[in-house]
Amino acid sequence: MKKENEKKPIKRQSAKVYFQNTWQLYLMLLIPVIYMLAFRYLPMVGTVIAFKKFNVFAGIWKSPWVGLAHFKEAFGAAEFWSALKNTLILNFGDLMIGFPIPIMLAVFLFEIRNVRIRKATQTILYLPNFLSWVIIAGVITQLFSTSGLVNELLHKIGVSEVNFLSSPFIWRFVYWLSGVWHSAGYSLIIYLAALSGTDPSLGEAAYIDGATRLQRIWYVTVPQIRATISIMLIMQLGKIVSIDFDRPYMLGNTLVKSASNVISTYVYNVGLQSGRFDFATAVGLFQSVVGIVLILSVNKISKNMGQEGIM
Amino acid sequence: MSEIKSKADKRFQLFWNTFFIVVSIVALIPIIRVISVSFSSKDAILSGKVFLYPIQFTLEAYVRAFRSGSFLSAFGYSVVLMLASTVICMVMTVIAAYPLSRPGLKGAGIIMIMFVLTMYLDPGMIPKYLNVKNFNMIDTVWALIIPEALSAYNMIIMCTAFKSIDSSLYDAAKIDGCNEIQTLVKVALPLVYPTLATLALFYAVGRWNRLSDVLYYVNSSRLYTVQMVLKQMIEAVKISQEEGASSQLVADNIKSASIMISMLPMLVVYPFIQKYFTKGIMLGAVKG
Repeated sequence: MKKENEKKPIKRQSAKVYFQNTWQLYLMLLIPVIYMLAFRYLPMVGTVIAFKKFNVFAGIWKSPWVGLAHFKEAFGAAEFWSALKNTLILNFGDLMIGFPIPIMLAVFLFEIRNVRIRKATQTILYLPNFLSWVIIAGVITQLFSTSGLVNELLHKIGVSEVNFLSSPFIWRFVYWLSGVWHSAGYSLIIYLAALSGTDPSLGEAAYIDGATRLQRIWYVTVPQIRATISIMLIMQLGKIVSIDFDRPYMLGNTLVKSASNVISTYVYNVGLQSGRFDFATAVGLFQSVVGIVLILSVNKISKNMGQEGIM
Repeated sequence: MSEIKSKADKRFQLFWNTFFIVVSIVALIPIIRVISVSFSSKDAILSGKVFLYPIQFTLEAYVRAFRSGSFLSAFGYSVVLMLASTVICMVMTVIAAYPLSRPGLKGAGIIMIMFVLTMYLDPGMIPKYLNVKNFNMIDTVWALIIPEALSAYNMIIMCTAFKSIDSSLYDAAKIDGCNEIQTLVKVALPLVYPTLATLALFYAVGRWNRLSDVLYYVNSSRLYTVQMVLKQMIEAVKISQEEGASSQLVADNIKSASIMISMLPMLVVYPFIQKYFTKGIMLGAVKG
């Protein structure tokens, strides 16, 4: 329907008139299109070195093919599996801890009538989202190092020192917690916006029917934001094998390497640090391909279940 | 019945109000702690007296952080880099989004798909690095600007904003003899001002906070951003900690002061930009 309306003004135009009217628009588009080809699509072509023995001097095209040798090597390397395992563990923890918290916060914050507390909470929780992982890593050491605030407090109540940043097991919780601190405010705002679009008369009806407040929240409010929740879940599930570089790189240290070495830092170490470009590209390509397959399948599953998809 | 209800309601409100006040305070504690350490004297920190407020208030750490030449010059350079790259990003975003938003432009659909695909297809770190290298941008300031000069996601948000403009305004501009570029500058851009501001802030904050590309593409320290200099500082502390040296405590106040200085641009503009960002998230969410 919409298309018919849009097409009307330009029908019966000759190609010459059309071009006279639009050449400036095409000229504008030219730069971004060339840019996208050069900086987004050209590197995609460059992933062929995952199947080659890359020689810096020969370049991408003249380097000899080696087939799947790099992939075979990666699948045989213990460090690769440990990086993959850590990526999954850290992302899964983010999903279990970081995903539900903003939903709960949003639902109860929405019930609060005191506007000032509502606004202030929103503002304060959103603030860490603007801090870099370098800064957060600095803050984390101030809090959790052996001389940090948390250990000071533990010391005061007579608990012995805890090595938060040097025990791989505890470090993971520091990683997840810092994720909550950094990102909860962002998701909170999305859920609050979804909540403000819900219909209050449904809750009132439930109240007249004798539903308690918690029943109303659980059976009336939450189902109304189910679409938003499912979209957020799809996006996070689709990203379960891919991991940001800055966060694990900055939060990790040599003592917790067994927990903090993830795919992105592994690619950085073997690729840019040790110069094994071809092998590192293969590892990265594996991650990208699995990531796309996951996004597509999660999207498909959610559509089949009657939820909205992201594509 | 309403009596009982209001009592229960009062208790509910009281409980959750208190809860959110506590949550907010807890969320602020990390920053309060860093501020307190940054304003405290070395002795007070070493003897473990500093808790959540400065002890023996002093500006010494800030003076020393600023005196160390590398930090001050990195700060100035980062501000300039942030402004320059934001301008370039915005120009790229606008000149991509504006034509694509115009109804009836042939080929717009295919170009749009080309942009959207880049949101899902990631070539990965190494091919991107080799690409930057092939363009001879390694160890130049361009490596920190060009590879992230256009985000498809932001471009789509911009495009949505342009599409909301009433087409009769374009017709009027055309009758008045404006060409497309004049129409864009004089008619379209003023109308999408809030989206422009939002996206400029997205790009600016992104550039200010990003560490990875400095790490990947730049070797010489004159091109180090504040984040990179801060990272080295934090790493030095980490190493001394792993070796169990107590000397790291001495650097704590300078490190805290540096963290505060790096946060400063974000903290200063945050109250002003917060509503734009909220709006920006919504723009993205609607698209989702």
